[in-house]
Amino acid sequence: MTAMRAAERFDVAERILAARGLSRDYRLGAETVHAVRDVSLEIDAGEYVAIVGPSGCGKSTLLHLLGAIDRPDQGTLDMLGREIARLPEREATAFRLRNVGFVFQRFYLVPTLTARENIELPMAEAGLARDERAARAHELLSYVGLAGRERHRPSQLSGGEQQRVAIARALANRPSLLLADEPTGELDARTGAEVVALFDRLNADGTTLVIVTHDEELARAARRVLHMRDGSVVSDVRRAVRP
Amino acid sequence: MRFVLAAASLQRQGTRTLLAVLGVAISAALLLDMVMLSTGMRESFRSLLSRQGFDLRIAPRGTLPFDTDATIADASAIARTLKEHPEVDAVSPVFGASVHIARDDATIAATALGVDPAVQGDYELLEGTSLPDTMSLVASDAFLVATGARLGDTLRIAAGYDPQLRTWLGRRALVISGRARFIYLPAEQRAIALRLPVLQTMAGAPGTDRVNLFMVRLAPDADADAVQRWIEARSPRVTAVPTAVAIEQVDARLSYFRQLAYILGAVSLIVGFLLVTTLVTVSVNERVGEIAVMRAIGVSRVHIVQQIILEGLAISLAGTAIGLLLGLGTARWLNGILATFPGLPEPIDFFLFQPRAAWTALGMLVLIGIAAGIYPAWRSASLPIAATLREEAVG
Repeated sequence: MTAMRAAERFDVAERILAARGLSRDYRLGAETVHAVRDVSLEIDAGEYVAIVGPSGCGKSTLLHLLGAIDRPDQGTLDMLGREIARLPEREATAFRLRNVGFVFQRFYLVPTLTARENIELPMAEAGLARDERAARAHELLSYVGLAGRERHRPSQLSGGEQQRVAIARALANRPSLLLADEPTGELDARTGAEVVALFDRLNADGTTLVIVTHDEELARAARRVLHMRDGSVVSDVRRAVRP
Repeated sequence: MRFVLAAASLQRQGTRTLLAVLGVAISAALLLDMVMLSTGMRESFRSLLSRQGFDLRIAPRGTLPFDTDATIADASAIARTLKEHPEVDAVSPVFGASVHIARDDATIAATALGVDPAVQGDYELLEGTSLPDTMSLVASDAFLVATGARLGDTLRIAAGYDPQLRTWLGRRALVISGRARFIYLPAEQRAIALRLPVLQTMAGAPGTDRVNLFMVRLAPDADADAVQRWIEARSPRVTAVPTAVAIEQVDARLSYFRQLAYILGAVSLIVGFLLVTTLVTVSVNERVGEIAVMRAIGVSRVHIVQQIILEGLAISLAGTAIGLLLGLGTARWLNGILATFPGLPEPIDFFLFQPRAAWTALGMLVLIGIAAGIYPAWRSASLPIAATLREEAVG
C-alpha cells in the first residue's frame, strides 16, 4: 500500500508524526556516539513502518526519540500537531500515556501482577474506573488471543504469550502510535510468527505501527521500510500490501 | 494501583522482605524498650512517692529519707511544731527498726515500722484491721509465710539487741490484726508495722522519742517550698524534701539509664533507616529496566516515587507493629528479672509503657522508614528512560 492508498483508506490523510532534522548523540565512555544524524520523516495514520539496519545503526535511539522517551539534540518532532521534542518531563509522560504505546524485546511485564493487572496498569495511570479497566483488559486479552488467561502471571505464560500481553498493555489507552523495539527478538520462530500475525491484524484494524527489527519476516510484513546506517536513514521504501 | 504494585514488589522477594521486616521489628522493639526504660523508673518513683498524697518528707539534716540509720530526736515536739503550720494537714511519723520473732526453734528477723495508724502512708491494708491497739501488728505476706502465722495469732517480738548485755531491750507479745502490702519495701521483705510508741519503746531506752522520718501532707494548693523553708527555719536539725524535689533527685540518679536508653534508641533508629534504605535500594536496582518501561508507558515519576516509598512504609509499618509486640514482651520479661533485684519496692517498674512516648518513638521509626525510601525512589524515577533501556538491552 502506498502512502496515497493509506490516505484513501483513512478518508483524510492524518499526519501522525513529522520529524525534521533529528540528531542525537550520547557518550559511551570517552567516546561520543552519533546515534541519530539529521533524520527527517513523516508517518501518517494507519502506516506500518519497519526500521531496519545493522546493530548500532541508531534504530532504537530513533524509536526512543519518536516515542518522546528521549530528547533530540537537534531537530523538531511534531506529533498529532504538537511539538514534543522538548516537552517538559511531566508533559512528555502524560503525552506518552495517552498517545504512544510501547512494546519491548524483553516484555517487561510486572512479574507479580496478573496478565489483566499488567494491562490495567496504564489505564489506572490514566485514571480509568476499575470496571472500565477490567472490561477493556478483557477485550484486549481476547483480541490478542489470550482470553481465559486473565489471572495468569507472566511466569505462567510462554514468551509469545507474554509478548502478546505486552502488546495488549501498549494498546490499553488506545494510542495513536504503537512503537515496538525488536518485539520478536526473544521469541522462537513459531511464536515470533504469531506476533507478526498479530501486528498485521493490528495494522489492518487501523493501528499505526513503527517497529524496529532484525526479523526479516516482521520487516516483510511492514508496508514501509526505513533502512538505517550510521545514524541516518539511507532508504525509505513503501511497498504494496501483501496478498 | 500503586498499593497493588508496592505489595507486588515486596511479595516478589518474599524472604528478603520478611527478613527486612524482622530487622525493623527488632529495631522497633529495642527503641520501644529504650523509651520505656528511659521513663519507666522515673515514672514508677514518681507514682510511688506521690501515691499516698504526702508532699514533704522530713529526714535528719543532710540525709535523704531512709538513706541512713540517722534519727530525729524529740520527734513529738517537732510533730507538734509541724502541725502548727496552717497549710499542714497531716504529719505521719515513721520509725524503723529490726525485730526478731521467736518461732519454734528458730528466730526470724524482720523489718518493723513504727507508725501512727490514723495517718500512716507506708502500707495498704489487704485484710483485717490496722493496729486497733498497742498490742497489735500488721504484717506483710512474706512475714506471714516466714513465720507460718495467721491473722489473730500472737507472736513474741523482740527489738533493740544490746551487744553489751547480750539481750533484747524490748520484748512484747503482739497479735496480728491485719495483713498489708508495704508500699516502699520489696515484696519479699518480711515486714511488720506497730504503733509508733510501742516500737520506740521496744527498740530504745524507755522514753526514747525519735523517728527516722516524717511524711507531711499539705492542704490543697499549699506552697510546698514555702512550707519547707518554714520547717527548716523552725527545726534546724531536719531537712525537708518536697516530693517534687525527691523526684528530681531520683531522676538525677537515673540519668545513666536515660543516657544509655537515648544512645541505644538512636542506634535502633539508624539501624532501621539503613535496613529500609538497603532493602529498597537493592529492590529498585534489580528492576531499573521495569521502572524505565513503566515510565515509558506513561507512569509518572511521582507515582513511581510514591510506589517505592509505599514499599519502605509497608516494611516500616509491619516491622513497627511486630516490634511493638516484641518490645512489650521483652520489657515484661526483663521487668520480671529486674524486679527480683533485692531491695526494690514492689511497685517499681524498670520498663513502663507510656503511650505518648511510645507512639512518638514508633512514629519516628515509621517516618524514618518513609525517609529511607525517598532517595532510592527519586533516584530510580529520575533515571533517563532511553539510556536505561539501552543499558538493559546491552546487559
